[in-house]
Amino acid sequence: MSSKVKLIALSSAVSAMALSAAADDPVSLTIVSWGGAYTQSQVRAYHEPYMEMNPHVTIINDDGSANALASLRAQAQAGNVTWDLVDMLPSDAQLACDEGIIMPIDHDEMLAPAPDGTPASEDFLPGSLGECFIPQILYSTVLTFRPDAFPEDAQPETIADLFDTENFPGRRALQDRPGTNLEWALYADGVDPEEIYDVLSTPEGVDRAFAKLDTIKDDIIFWTEGAQAPQLLADGEVAFATGYNGRMFDAIEVEGMEAEIIWDGQVVEWDGWVVPADGDNIDAVMDYLFFATDTQRLADQAQFISYGPARASSSELVGQHADLGIDMAPHMPSALENYFAPIVLDNDFWVDYGDELRERFANWMLQ
Amino acid sequence: MAMADATQDDVQVGDTTDKRGRLVTSDGTPLRRALERSMRRRKLMAFALVAPLLAFILIFFAFPIAQMMWRSVDNPQIVNAVPRTLEALQDWDGRDVPPERVFAALHADMMEDLDRPRREQRIGPMGIRLNYELSAARSAVSRTARQVPNFEAPFRDAFTDAHRLWGQPELWRVIQREGRPLTMSYYVAALDREFDEDGSIVKRPENRQIYVNLFGRTLALSVTITVMTFLLGFPIAYYLSILPMRYANLLMIAVLLPFWTSLLVRTSAWIVLLQQQGVLNTLFVNIGLIGDDNRLDLIYNQTGTIIAMTHILLPFMVLPLYSVMRTIPPSYMRAAKSLGATPTTAFRRVYFPQTLPGIGAGGVLVFIISIGYYITPALVGGQSGRMISNEIARHIQQSLNWGLAAALGSMLLVGVLLLYWLFNRLVGTDSLKFG
Repeated sequence: MSSKVKLIALSSAVSAMALSAAADDPVSLTIVSWGGAYTQSQVRAYHEPYMEMNPHVTIINDDGSANALASLRAQAQAGNVTWDLVDMLPSDAQLACDEGIIMPIDHDEMLAPAPDGTPASEDFLPGSLGECFIPQILYSTVLTFRPDAFPEDAQPETIADLFDTENFPGRRALQDRPGTNLEWALYADGVDPEEIYDVLSTPEGVDRAFAKLDTIKDDIIFWTEGAQAPQLLADGEVAFATGYNGRMFDAIEVEGMEAEIIWDGQVVEWDGWVVPADGDNIDAVMDYLFFATDTQRLADQAQFISYGPARASSSELVGQHADLGIDMAPHMPSALENYFAPIVLDNDFWVDYGDELRERFANWMLQ
Repeated sequence: MAMADATQDDVQVGDTTDKRGRLVTSDGTPLRRALERSMRRRKLMAFALVAPLLAFILIFFAFPIAQMMWRSVDNPQIVNAVPRTLEALQDWDGRDVPPERVFAALHADMMEDLDRPRREQRIGPMGIRLNYELSAARSAVSRTARQVPNFEAPFRDAFTDAHRLWGQPELWRVIQREGRPLTMSYYVAALDREFDEDGSIVKRPENRQIYVNLFGRTLALSVTITVMTFLLGFPIAYYLSILPMRYANLLMIAVLLPFWTSLLVRTSAWIVLLQQQGVLNTLFVNIGLIGDDNRLDLIYNQTGTIIAMTHILLPFMVLPLYSVMRTIPPSYMRAAKSLGATPTTAFRRVYFPQTLPGIGAGGVLVFIISIGYYITPALVGGQSGRMISNEIARHIQQSLNWGLAAALGSMLLVGVLLLYWLFNRLVGTDSLKFG
């Protein structure tokens, strides 16, 4: 074979490869998420059906979401982006988007419409879409308590009871960050949920929140990792604990922990996908995303974990827990009987004021 | 050398000295030169042997540290993003809102940025950078950047309509101050200080000061942990050193066991033992030592951090101590006693001084490891048992303020080096015996 013929053969092979790349060349996608029960719910609702329909795709799970922001920036700066799709919180997504290390999303162009033809941008719940962010679920931080810590006729019912150490004595496990805690302090102090962030934007509002937190400071144990909160509650270390509603559901319904959730003042937030810029498999990722964020798939995820689907059209399709067989709808943060006094986490506020408030909070914890 | 060359011809083969009486080798080279040559060869050989390690240390240790220290002063975000604005700001006095031409320059800078490919846009990173100095500056920048193509002169009104911060001299002062390729603002923040209106450095409001306090606490906790490991480790090491070898080895395994267990498992075990409903408290209540209502707070505070870390770091104290004590002949103590010393005096004046190299080595190891520890304090430290490394980790992983993390890290590094230097001056590192 002369070198010229070789060259032609090679170049035609290359162009053939380029043509068929989207079709069935083996692709492996590295998908980053939070690990534990949450990743499992994604594996069962999204990954497994997708791989069944697309045998050439292999999905590798990476539990790196807790530090995703730092890893994404490091990968972008090193010019070696190894992640294809990342599950993260909208405030982190906003920062990454400002830095240009994740892709902007055209939601109507890239995502499936609802079964009745409603475009994606209208089907996803109001306020959930971000410039670079595709929401999957609505989760909330809720207050949970041990019923046996209080007399039967005087059980806590509201966020205000968390701050009432006289009638509801006992230790409280709160997360070691200002988010949620400051909102609850103001809510318990009588601020309307809608106005919390307006108040918190003023120095007086911040002082007011910290003054309220001061009243229970001696009874607080701070937790860092999501798994610590249910553990503290199960061990009887605390009477109240804040935690993610999915983890609390798991501990109560699956593990049989004696605890009850207070839905008053639940702090709701989205969680969803971002696509790192300059990844190697953008086309394959987009194909996966189109599938994994459609109405049925988002509803399917709710069979495995008690987080609410981010699409309006998914909520009717939410069924029973895949293993326990209990109805999942009443356990969703978005269920009407739970969504009576929600505080919607304002990500823009936290991206703007987070640094300053975290410093103040850290200082307050140390005093 | 030149002289040696000149005299080389005069050497008679076979002699061991040349005409001037200097020693030469059998082929006539002056001995000094021959020796130098062979020494050089051996030095090269030795260097070649350590070269891989040296390269490894340079690439994976020295270089990243240098890079970290560089990050703590590196400040490219604003200079790169708004060069025209900075030029227009040059003769602004920093009092009132800047004049229209500054806003026009900012408009031009932002318009230019929109033409860049997304990955290379500079306005977004600038917003994040500004937010470290002034809360809400990020959203001022990013919200405005989206509207900029629709802006028309006068730009001043357009900008202040888009976000209130553009109408406040404070934001412009930050842009002017940080519009330089190098900054010291990360160190200013790491020392709980900030810039006031005139640009001079003042203390932060009290309720935002954390880092200096945390440095102090980290130091105090590390010293406490070092002392605790010494108090617990010294008798163990002594006992091990006087036991017959086969029992000593068996006990040594018990000391080393923690090394072979996952750090998280050990830390979780302490949680089970120490928490209020835990094993220890329940035991105390059952034997009537304490009442059921006032169980002890042994964890989620400084006590928890000290207990768990003392346990984890104990082997680092026991091993150097043991290796030193093994080499102290028991006859010294007998000799001291036979010369009339009481056991206490013999221990104090004869035995103890000989263990100092082990104490020094163990102390340095434990202290330096504990000063940078962070998993255990994060899990059992609650709010009062945290250390500076927890804050560094938070800035690297969550707030993404790598400049501040680098400044805190550099300060920690310099602090440790200073302490090591001090230790060297006082005790001398030559006498350390690590094992």
